[in-house]
Amino acid sequence: MIRAASVPPRRKRRTPTRAFQRIYTRIDRITKATCTVKAEGVGYEELAMVAGRPAQVVKIVGDEVTLQVFAGTEGIPTDAEVVFLGRAPNLRVGDALAGRFFNAYGDPIDGGPEPDGEPREIGGPSVNPVRRERPSELNVTGIAGIDLNNTLVTGQKIPFFADPDQPFNQVMALVALRAKADKIVLGGIGLTNDDHLYFRNSFENAGALHRIVVFMNTTEDPPVERLLVPDMALTAAEYFAVEKKEKVLVLLTDMTLYADALSIVSNRMDQIPSKDSMPGSLYSDLARIYEKAAQFKAGGSITIVAVTTLSGGDITHAIPDNTGYITEGQLFLRRDTEVGKVIVDPFRSLSRLKQLVIGRKTREDHPQVMNAAVRLYADAANARTKLENGFDLTHYDERTLDFARDYSRDLLAIDVNVGPDRMLDRAWELFGQYFSPEEVGIKQQLVDTYWPDDA
Amino acid sequence: MKAAIDPTRGAVEGIISNLVHVRTDGPVAQNEICFIHHEGTPLMAEVIEVLHDRAYVQVFESTRGLRAGASVEFAGHMLEATLGPGILSRNYDGLMHDLDAMTGVFLRRGEYPPALDETREWDFRPLVTSGARVRAGDSLGEVLENGIAHRIMVPFELSGRYTVESLVRPGPRRISDAVATLRSERGDGVPVTMVQRWPVKRALRVYRDKPRPFRLLETGVRIIDTLNPIVEGGTGFIPGPFGSGKTVLQQAISRQAEADVVIVAACGERANEVVDLFTEFPELDDPWTGRKLMERTTIIANTSNMPVAAREASVYTAMTIAEYYRSMGLKVLLLADSTSRWAQALREMSNRMEELPGPDAFPMDLSAIISNFYSRAGIVRLNDGRTGSITLIGTVSPAGGNLKEPVTESTKKVARCFYALSQRRADSKRYPAVDPIESYSKYLEYPELRETLRARIAPDWLDNVDELKSVLLRGREAAEQINILGDDGVSIDTHLAFWRSEIVDEVILQQNAFDAVDARTPLERQEYMVRAVLDTVRAELAFDGYEDANPYFKRVINTLKQMNYAAFGSPDFESFEKRLEEILEERRAEAVEVGP
Repeated sequence: MIRAASVPPRRKRRTPTRAFQRIYTRIDRITKATCTVKAEGVGYEELAMVAGRPAQVVKIVGDEVTLQVFAGTEGIPTDAEVVFLGRAPNLRVGDALAGRFFNAYGDPIDGGPEPDGEPREIGGPSVNPVRRERPSELNVTGIAGIDLNNTLVTGQKIPFFADPDQPFNQVMALVALRAKADKIVLGGIGLTNDDHLYFRNSFENAGALHRIVVFMNTTEDPPVERLLVPDMALTAAEYFAVEKKEKVLVLLTDMTLYADALSIVSNRMDQIPSKDSMPGSLYSDLARIYEKAAQFKAGGSITIVAVTTLSGGDITHAIPDNTGYITEGQLFLRRDTEVGKVIVDPFRSLSRLKQLVIGRKTREDHPQVMNAAVRLYADAANARTKLENGFDLTHYDERTLDFARDYSRDLLAIDVNVGPDRMLDRAWELFGQYFSPEEVGIKQQLVDTYWPDDA
Repeated sequence: MKAAIDPTRGAVEGIISNLVHVRTDGPVAQNEICFIHHEGTPLMAEVIEVLHDRAYVQVFESTRGLRAGASVEFAGHMLEATLGPGILSRNYDGLMHDLDAMTGVFLRRGEYPPALDETREWDFRPLVTSGARVRAGDSLGEVLENGIAHRIMVPFELSGRYTVESLVRPGPRRISDAVATLRSERGDGVPVTMVQRWPVKRALRVYRDKPRPFRLLETGVRIIDTLNPIVEGGTGFIPGPFGSGKTVLQQAISRQAEADVVIVAACGERANEVVDLFTEFPELDDPWTGRKLMERTTIIANTSNMPVAAREASVYTAMTIAEYYRSMGLKVLLLADSTSRWAQALREMSNRMEELPGPDAFPMDLSAIISNFYSRAGIVRLNDGRTGSITLIGTVSPAGGNLKEPVTESTKKVARCFYALSQRRADSKRYPAVDPIESYSKYLEYPELRETLRARIAPDWLDNVDELKSVLLRGREAAEQINILGDDGVSIDTHLAFWRSEIVDEVILQQNAFDAVDARTPLERQEYMVRAVLDTVRAELAFDGYEDANPYFKRVINTLKQMNYAAFGSPDFESFEKRLEEILEERRAEAVEVGP
């Protein structure tokens, strides 16, 4: 330990030594991320401390045990102390988690005491699909671009697909605070310190600190530690959703950095990469996390809102591509230069679960109003293309452009905060202002009820 | 394979994720099942490679906590499906364990409840008499399972001819009660119960022959039935990027298709989609029998968060159940969503085995595996002359939406219907987003199908469908010209060609899967609407200019769409039809005065 101490430890770790723990002091092989030690009776995925740094068993061949050292192996000597803890990574769950900030290992970083609670292994088993309830509860955000076109439902999992310069963290914080969740669990994955503080301040200003739990890995922390954050956050979420029957919202930002960490590990384990240098198991790895979103029969729910940053808007990259196949839709933000605001893009965004609530938990005209408005907005996009190519516009084209401007400003912009009925009324007003009922093409019975009188 | 009385045993030597090395003390077979004993819990696994006395096994569970030295017991058989009455309306995991019989909210490792209810009594009715000559797959009797005649058959593993020595009298029997005794030609007696097992990776071939498919399988989805129909015993696949509506389309097919039995293999997909089925199918009516949909359905759920190795098994389990019901002479529809996830599971394992990778790191034999799977579908003539069929529709989730990837390409080689979902159509909310021009049904080339289509629908049906397709093609060309040359740069005829294809697109191709009426269009109604649309498209109309035509065609389309939303033949339907006629009259070429 003397030589280990000469390399400054990143963080003070307690290495609890108990009588039954096995300690080894001869490491046979050290790579950038792993070390291999001869040991017996070690369990797969068991946690260990290597020279005081947390590590996990990733391979057992005979008596050779390979450990992945989360913080990296810099400065680890061959005679470092390896202590096996006899358990997989766990989190002490209990009501005391509320209002607290933790690191990727579940240790407090807010200066408070270690919370009391029952230890629970992270990354636990999946919910039996027959024990799930079909999500059916509306999650109102007030952001009409989400509520109108991409309605969120509790128990859903949905990411923002966004370029790094877009205000996704701000929108996510807004969604979290307005969604009336009993608990908000934030998993910060390679978050900048500034964004970390932003979340902290927003929750504090909204008086929501008592109902949040934060697991934070910032850019200052080792990247491989990020692999623990979603599992920690979801273990906490499962406690509140299953045992306390609470409505839990989990925010995970940024999942692209999580996938990057996976590729680092798989690379160091000499695995053959598949598309975009990502491990072949990327789909399963991401699904394991996102599928923790669930509506439980007993009443609790876990909703996951995540962020997947894109590179130049490319959704065919393996990370957004696999994510899209797993999540129940995706939200795209885009700057609309016409109205000078950031909007929720109605073309590329999608909430797959909206069909379960729109027109059922919201007003009957919601599905048709939503579709008609998007169709007219698409006509406007065609008209704009015509304009850019120097063609004349028809009267109809011009009206669609006017409609698109108002629709974008009053309904799609992320700074809009209106209730579900009001947003539908506003859409009808716009239809009446610019179009005839035939052009809007909504079921006659709804037109009879909702078409504005003064149009 | 060895008898179970002296099982081979072994001990765990190495663990890399769900790949476990086992040192064995005796013979093991490729694909043999074994159980690893971890702290009193048996973890099911399958042998995937053998080297000397070491077996490499893939564990169907998480291996967390597993230690070197753990004892292993080999089962002496491959992964098997349990076949007997009671499969319908059940929800299984990929290894055919009854999900509803499991305890707790979370899945527990090593909890393997049986597939069938051992205590339930079924009313057995013999179909043959003592002395009858039978062979594997022949019916001995039947029980009524959810209104379907479930045949009790001569065990599939028997080869050669047998004589029925005795049969029980009609009455209630449990699945493991003996219902018959057969005598082989060598004189051995074979007791027969109502339950049997079959290894899922082996095709069940108890039929006389496999003719070419010749009968339409109605799905009620217009873009499939009208444009590119699938047939009883046919194979099709639906590739599409995420968000293009694969699942909605597949669920619509599973609800509406003209099948006796529907097997849904939810393979590596979202759990909430399976929950949709769990929630809706017990409530929804089967449009063909009026019973509940769940009664004809079995769901094999290996969702994306369930153990990866079982994902591969799940599609084979589903196929074996489908083959079982086909052997009874039933029309089975098998939906596999998604075969890409299954291929990915193969890739993960191949990677852990450090095999040399093929394209995109998939195993080299991927193409052979896929074609072998699809070849198990088909219509068959049974020994007694009746037919049974498995219609297989798989979805493919191509990485990045790019159809030039190994799973799509391998599937395209074997599946005869291709329903390409287009991102562009999905973006403009034209659902189902099946591309009408890229997609095809090879079965339309089969003379035997063309004949049955003409007989069942109308003598001129195929000509009408061809006309629809050319209207769509001409419309696509027109749209391109308008895009390049501008509205003013093309003739009014080009605009009309565009609008005519829009009518076909909006009224025939697009269909609202969430509207109670529009969701399912029976064949008769499809025929009616195709005629209505063709009459509209063929009408000679006159316009002063394209600005005049655009709002006019919007009214035409709107009226036709209202017909789609109204109950067939209802007063509403007829009034919209009348309105359509009035709108058409406004512009009929002979009725309009055109300047010189």
